[in-house]
Amino acid sequence: MNRNEKPRGYGFETLAIHAGASPEPVTGARSTPIFQTTSYVFNDADHAASLFNLQTFGYIYSRLTNPTVAVLEERIASLEGGRGAVAAASGHAAQLLAFFTLLEPGDEFLASRNLYGGSVTQFTHAFKRFGWNCHFVDPRDPGDFRKALTTRCKAIFIENLANPGGIVVDMEPIAAIAHEAGLPLIVDNTLATPYLCRPFDWGADIVIHSMTKFLSGHGTSMGGAVVESGRFDWARFGKFPGLTEPDPAYHGLNFFETFGDFGFTMKTRAVGLRDLGPAMAPMNAFLILTGIETLPLRMDRHVANAQRVAEFLEAHPAVSWVSYAGLPSSPYRSLARKYLPKGAGAVLTFGVKGGFEAGVRVVETVELISHLANIGDTRSLIIHPASTTHRQLTDEQRIASGAGPEVVRLSVGLETADDIIADLDQALAKTKT
Amino acid sequence: MPAPTYSDGLLCQILRDTRVIAVVGASPNWNRPSYFAMKYLQGKGYRTIPVNPSAVGEEILGEKVYATLADIPERVDIVNIFRRSETVGSIVDDAITIGAKVVWMQLGVRNPEAAARAEAAGLTVVMNHCVKIEYGRLHGELGWSGINSGIISSKRRNVEVR
Repeated sequence: MNRNEKPRGYGFETLAIHAGASPEPVTGARSTPIFQTTSYVFNDADHAASLFNLQTFGYIYSRLTNPTVAVLEERIASLEGGRGAVAAASGHAAQLLAFFTLLEPGDEFLASRNLYGGSVTQFTHAFKRFGWNCHFVDPRDPGDFRKALTTRCKAIFIENLANPGGIVVDMEPIAAIAHEAGLPLIVDNTLATPYLCRPFDWGADIVIHSMTKFLSGHGTSMGGAVVESGRFDWARFGKFPGLTEPDPAYHGLNFFETFGDFGFTMKTRAVGLRDLGPAMAPMNAFLILTGIETLPLRMDRHVANAQRVAEFLEAHPAVSWVSYAGLPSSPYRSLARKYLPKGAGAVLTFGVKGGFEAGVRVVETVELISHLANIGDTRSLIIHPASTTHRQLTDEQRIASGAGPEVVRLSVGLETADDIIADLDQALAKTKT
Repeated sequence: MPAPTYSDGLLCQILRDTRVIAVVGASPNWNRPSYFAMKYLQGKGYRTIPVNPSAVGEEILGEKVYATLADIPERVDIVNIFRRSETVGSIVDDAITIGAKVVWMQLGVRNPEAAARAEAAGLTVVMNHCVKIEYGRLHGELGWSGINSGIISSKRRNVEVR
């Protein structure tokens, strides 16, 4: 290599296939092998000690690192333009790991109220048992986050493209508010994927994924990821002693000093994964890696189909409203143009005339579209959030998070668009009794 | 991810042409970054020589500790500095005097004035990077911890024979 060469950046499609995955050195296997092993032989006792002390790179035990999972971690870090990533058993586990690294008992954080219902429940109830308190904020006016800040706040959390659907959050000013307060902005980028939006380009510091969704893309595998930008200065305001002071959970190691711009990632793995245990299975990592290779192609088709379905629904007499940021009628159209120029995702919600009963009727009478609790599959998926994903919430929380009684959520798949539309048409016809 | 400051080609060349690394600010404590780097680099076949006036008379990882760079009786390729940025100036001047080829300042350590003096004297300077992390990145090990190495390759790596 020439010593003065300029590093040349590869395109997204190239990274989606190659990042993290050189040929396996021993065999030359070109596809990433599934390393279905729990543990790895040490060379000698000193090598073992060096690995446990994090003094050398290498594998110990698959609860911490696994070669197949590591390829996926580097892949998602690369696609997000980040410094490093930790994979977890699910998106929920990834959220827990991120907050476990940042928060102490008694700490607080702000979260957009427009979140996946399971996240609202996790933040409201499960996190309380760790001594962490979440304050929910209406994300439509970014200034409301500033008003809600408290001295114990350690982070702001948003979904940039919110689930159940159609809401785009104005990330850039919220990142500025977080940074003024010395806090990282955590963005759940699950619905957009890094192909449609890269939150680090807009000031986010940590990105969370449920890789179960569009990244995996085929409805085969659970998985989550915590990605670090490498740009947040954890020491600047002294708010994160767990990262910038000797850590009693790791024999006095100072993670930020030792690992610099990937200190957060190292601590999330070496303490969070070690002590909480939600490691990703290597088989799942393999399936998600295979899914990611076609992410750009799939997302282009997902958004094209979603746009057509949204336009059909908006014109349908049995539909009272459609929330999809790709529609000219959407109040989020201009934010979508800014943050999601390649398309506003493939998850949308619509209101069925006739309320709760009509919503239930639609999900029960579709024949091609699958009635189930997931999004981001090749197959089109449908659910009635009020009776399922958002069932645990109060009426007020349900309406606030976009999951009122008449709301149906649709994850538009990769089937022939006309077939998806025909199925919805016949189901909607049955709501008129 | 912040844009790389030094090309992979430059860093590879430095690591390939180096045998002896003087570690200024080397700590005898196992959980300090300098100890991590020394231990790792020894494992990769480099000779590491600790420099720390407050640990003279001790050994770190089997190597005798010297008070200053000038006390080291052999040729040094890299002077690797684990000291606060503002204290780097005189260390860099010593590195020039003993004829080191490279001054390498650890993560968080930057001193552009001292770097300019070293470069004017013909030395290569790397600031705010960790030798261990860069070695691991360029040899395919950093990705084992889920870190973005920025390296894309369809070539099979050589496997170390032990």
